[in-house]
Amino acid sequence: MTSLFRYRRHRLALPALLLAGLIVAGTGYAAVLPSAGATDRGPNEFTAEQIEDGRELFLANCATCHGLDAEGGTTDGDGKVSGPSLIGVGAASVDFQVGTGRMPLQASGPQAPERAPQFSLEETRALAAYVASLAPGPGIPEDRWLDPEQGDVAEGGEIFRTNCAMCHNFFGNGGALTEGKYAPAIDSEPVHTYEAMVTGPQNMPVFSDDVLTPEQKRDVIAFLEYAQAEPAPGGLSLGAIGPVSEGLIAWIVGIGGLVALAVWLGARAS
Amino acid sequence: MTVTTAVTRSADPPRTRVERLADFADSRFGAATAVKAGARKIFPDHWSFMLGEVALYSFVILILSGVFLTFWYVPSASLVEYEGPYEPLQGLVVSESYESTVNLSWDVRGGLFMRQVHHWAALIFVAATVVHMMRVFFTGAFRKPREMNWVIGVLLALLAIVEGFAGYSLPDDLLSGTGLRIASAIILAIPIVGSYLSFFVFGGEFPGEDFIPRLYTVHVLLVPGIMLALIAVHLFLVVLHKHTQYPGPGRTNQNVVGYPLLPVYVAKAGGFFFIVFGVVALMAATMQINPIWAYGPYDPSPITAGSQPDWYMGFLDGAVRTIPGWEVVLFGEWTLSLNILIPALVLPGLMTVVLVAYPWLEQWVTGDDREHHLLDRPRNVPTRTGLGVMALTFYALLWANGGNDIIAHFLNLSINDLTWFTRIALFVLPPLAFLVTKRICLGLQRRDREKVLHGRETGEVYRLATGEVLERHEPLSPEERWLLVQHDGYLPLEPGPATDANGVRRRGARLDGLRHRLSSFYFGDAVPPVTPHELAQAEAHHHALDGHGAAAGNGHPAVTRGGPPDDADGVLARDPSPAGVGSAPGHSGAAQSGEVREGGSTRA
Amino acid sequence: MSRIAPGGASQDEQSDASGRTVAVADAAGLPERFENPGLPEHRPRLADIDRKAARRAELSVAVMFLLSMVGTVVTIVGYFAFRLDEPTSGELAWSNRTIGLGLFLTIFFIGMGAVQWAKTLMPDHEQIEERHSVESTPETKSAAAGILREGVDDSGIRRRPLILGSLAGALALAPLPALVLLKDLGPNPGNKLRETLWGPGVRAIVDPTKTPLRPEEIQLGQIVHILPEQLGIEPDEGRTEGLEYLNEKAKAAAIVIRLEEGEVPAAARAGAYGGLVAYSKVCTHMGCSVALYEQVTHHLLCPCHQSTFDVLDNCRVIFGPAARALPQLPVGVDDEGYLVATEGFAEPVGPSFWERGDT
Repeated sequence: MTSLFRYRRHRLALPALLLAGLIVAGTGYAAVLPSAGATDRGPNEFTAEQIEDGRELFLANCATCHGLDAEGGTTDGDGKVSGPSLIGVGAASVDFQVGTGRMPLQASGPQAPERAPQFSLEETRALAAYVASLAPGPGIPEDRWLDPEQGDVAEGGEIFRTNCAMCHNFFGNGGALTEGKYAPAIDSEPVHTYEAMVTGPQNMPVFSDDVLTPEQKRDVIAFLEYAQAEPAPGGLSLGAIGPVSEGLIAWIVGIGGLVALAVWLGARAS
Repeated sequence: MTVTTAVTRSADPPRTRVERLADFADSRFGAATAVKAGARKIFPDHWSFMLGEVALYSFVILILSGVFLTFWYVPSASLVEYEGPYEPLQGLVVSESYESTVNLSWDVRGGLFMRQVHHWAALIFVAATVVHMMRVFFTGAFRKPREMNWVIGVLLALLAIVEGFAGYSLPDDLLSGTGLRIASAIILAIPIVGSYLSFFVFGGEFPGEDFIPRLYTVHVLLVPGIMLALIAVHLFLVVLHKHTQYPGPGRTNQNVVGYPLLPVYVAKAGGFFFIVFGVVALMAATMQINPIWAYGPYDPSPITAGSQPDWYMGFLDGAVRTIPGWEVVLFGEWTLSLNILIPALVLPGLMTVVLVAYPWLEQWVTGDDREHHLLDRPRNVPTRTGLGVMALTFYALLWANGGNDIIAHFLNLSINDLTWFTRIALFVLPPLAFLVTKRICLGLQRRDREKVLHGRETGEVYRLATGEVLERHEPLSPEERWLLVQHDGYLPLEPGPATDANGVRRRGARLDGLRHRLSSFYFGDAVPPVTPHELAQAEAHHHALDGHGAAAGNGHPAVTRGGPPDDADGVLARDPSPAGVGSAPGHSGAAQSGEVREGGSTRA
Repeated sequence: MSRIAPGGASQDEQSDASGRTVAVADAAGLPERFENPGLPEHRPRLADIDRKAARRAELSVAVMFLLSMVGTVVTIVGYFAFRLDEPTSGELAWSNRTIGLGLFLTIFFIGMGAVQWAKTLMPDHEQIEERHSVESTPETKSAAAGILREGVDDSGIRRRPLILGSLAGALALAPLPALVLLKDLGPNPGNKLRETLWGPGVRAIVDPTKTPLRPEEIQLGQIVHILPEQLGIEPDEGRTEGLEYLNEKAKAAAIVIRLEEGEVPAAARAGAYGGLVAYSKVCTHMGCSVALYEQVTHHLLCPCHQSTFDVLDNCRVIFGPAARALPQLPVGVDDEGYLVATEGFAEPVGPSFWERGDT
């Protein structure tokens, strides 16, 4: 200790002491504070504290549209509700909507677009905990159903083409619905993909675990992982939306390029 | 008694290798005659003449790459289990045609490249055909004697579309199979015979097992064979008629100005084949097209968002999306699917008829049945140009609506709004396009007149002593001027007499009225080209304004052209060449106004 | 014949060898129309006058041909370097890219070299060739007419109407077998277009997993794609089971949706099971799968031509080119509690055809 004491008047002594103090305080605080996502708990086991935090967050951010008791917003005379009832939607719905930034809804439009999440992971779990406490509903899926490595890409592809491709396109690149609505391009994390299937957000239909089992959902996730990750073997994928982009390129690059070359060919050399 | 005949020997036995080769060809094929006639044939030079070549060369590329594909593709609907390297298909039961196409892409080196060459070349082939057709239309190259070549071209365009549809349906993937489902519905919709025809074509119900092999025969043998024959006739006629040329100094209706086949066009046109092939190869090397492994095998139950045919069928898809759900049931028994018949059969049928008939329609309306080898500048035929733009607008609207769900997704619009927009725009935009185009053409023609009469604005500004600021105009050279004044100034047809010599109503008199009205529509508003007389007047006017001529620095240089005494730049011919040109008196009738001209062919 | 305005073009004007035209002068001594000034003066290119420029041009052509040779090497090396042995997408991409870019260089630069050669070094003096009228001379025309007349006379066809008549008859009938011989292309439609595999008691299986379905497994807002149980086999086993697998699937594909019981439209109540309603998935327009279900609006959208069907109104068409509502498949449960069809479709599914009528 004597050797350190010799440096007490060093010009860096004060910054070093402050840094040490910060480290002690920070680690000490973290050690004392209970962690929100403890690994020894299942994804749908929430603490009373989380539920309470969730309720406060809900009242501050969601109740204006979804009602103070989450039973739905008030009608404004012509039968339209400002926000549907959340009774029974389950933790999965909240984790999806809030986790993908769709909720809280920023502006009205044909549907809620995906945006940067506005709540932290802990706050999202708290909100999920609160809504899950209101009534039973679809829960957040366990990790083992979300691992693409364990899924069968071929099975997933078949299921995807029959159940999903008509809205989301053969590789999940999105498509149009009626009246300005759309099925978005799928590039979400496996947990959100699973939750979307099981909760049927907005106009997306529900795919219950009884009909499309968790293994089959995992197969779909594996297929999507493959579709998004694998490079297009033929070159640039041109959006992978089919013949429309191919035709556009054929005209612009192909005919455009050939006309330019023809003009060069016919022009007088200098 | 034997009779011997001496074998005649040619005078100079060939010595060098080249001479021996030439002798071989000539004594067996008469090659020398062909070389003399053709090797130095003159072809005119303009980049827009290469568009037909792009189509021709794409066709050759399609045949070359297509033959490669036939060595691996299996045209069979028999079901097999996929055991190749592409993960999402492993273990799936698919048709052999699908499996062989996936294997072509994933197991054969260069196979994916060749498939992509074939498909990009197909898209470019039809696009080039359309652009070439547009060039021929807007420059009037379909006029006599080339009307039949135009008809052959229209047929080739239609066959190309059918061929492309057949080709991309062969792999039996989800996207093209959906297209075949739609095709079967079109056949079903045909009145009286529809269901029978559909069962004959598909060998039973849809999808059946016979259609893919039959489509293969159509795609590889029938249609290419017909197209090859038509292309041969098409090219033969171009050689027979000689290629048309754009107007310009030195170019007349009786000559061809350009460069010889050997060596210039052998190098340029031959080289252009490699250039076209190279561009297609570049696209196939760098941009993925038709990834059938990703679409999945055809199954009637699944379907993908963004189900479109290739671009050249897009206008039909758009027409089908635009039409409302019109279906009529006659007497409760017979169903007439107007919602399919009108866009899928009546519309393309009408378009074909109008396209094929157009040269004769125009000939009837204008009364112009002379041989034409000089092309029109589109601005000089405003009505034809306007009609062409109108037709293209109509086509483009249908084409765009064929992709309305993709457009809606990427531009955040509603497919319902887009469909309604198209329904209305189809009737509003084409006439608008006609009017705007015609006005633009007339404006350009007037500007040409201004340029001839007053010269080109140089941008050089000078100031008079009186304070006036003027811009110097530079008169056009005779070559520049020629392009702007060479076109014909037509007047509408007058109807003939209502009765003939005996007072009996003349046959065709009623049609004459229609013809007169159409002719007035076609030629009314015509802007006649500047005459030397008008130019002389304009120059006299300039002089009058000057007062002091060039010395005052008013920007108009001393006029050195115009009247007969000073012919510095050769407005008048110096002397008619004696080489079979013929003398002026033979054309004295032409110069007088108001005379009805006899149409007729020209003599060299 | 169009009237040509004063000063109109006379395309019948003669031109001399250089393309200049001759015209008549009018009263003032000016010609009626401007005359063709003839070919413009030839401007030499740089390579024509400057020896160094010519060498540079020659070099540029040679470089292009050299690039082509490089391309050939790249193609062949690439072919052997990237083996396609159970390749990943990435490996296949490299093979395609290398072979492709190599071939691009090979082919493109032969063309570029040839064109550059023609543009810069080959003579670019414009030359003139006379056109001959396409129409033949009157002498030739009358000679041809005479020949034809002679030939037809020699054939004697005009003098022998019996030959002419019978020939016409034979030629008119001869093509008929061509049509008849194609009859065996396919069977007659018979009743096929009105029948599907669905019938009373046929169980529904989930598409594509082929498992049977219980009503309680379907939640509100859910859509399940179903097939009749006979299609629960592999497609290539269809033959042995006596059915054309894909043909039957093309007609039998169906969907079942759960609505609130109160939402089920009156016309559909008889065929509904609680809130479950089932409809044919085959679009009545042109046969695509009407598979896009919007849970909130209860609209079914077909992706091909955007026909939209309202489930709350018994799948009536509310937008797009379809003309008929989707036929309903009446459903119920069997004694084991699985979802079954209680009857087949009451009308033909899919696109309309001439004989369909109103049934």
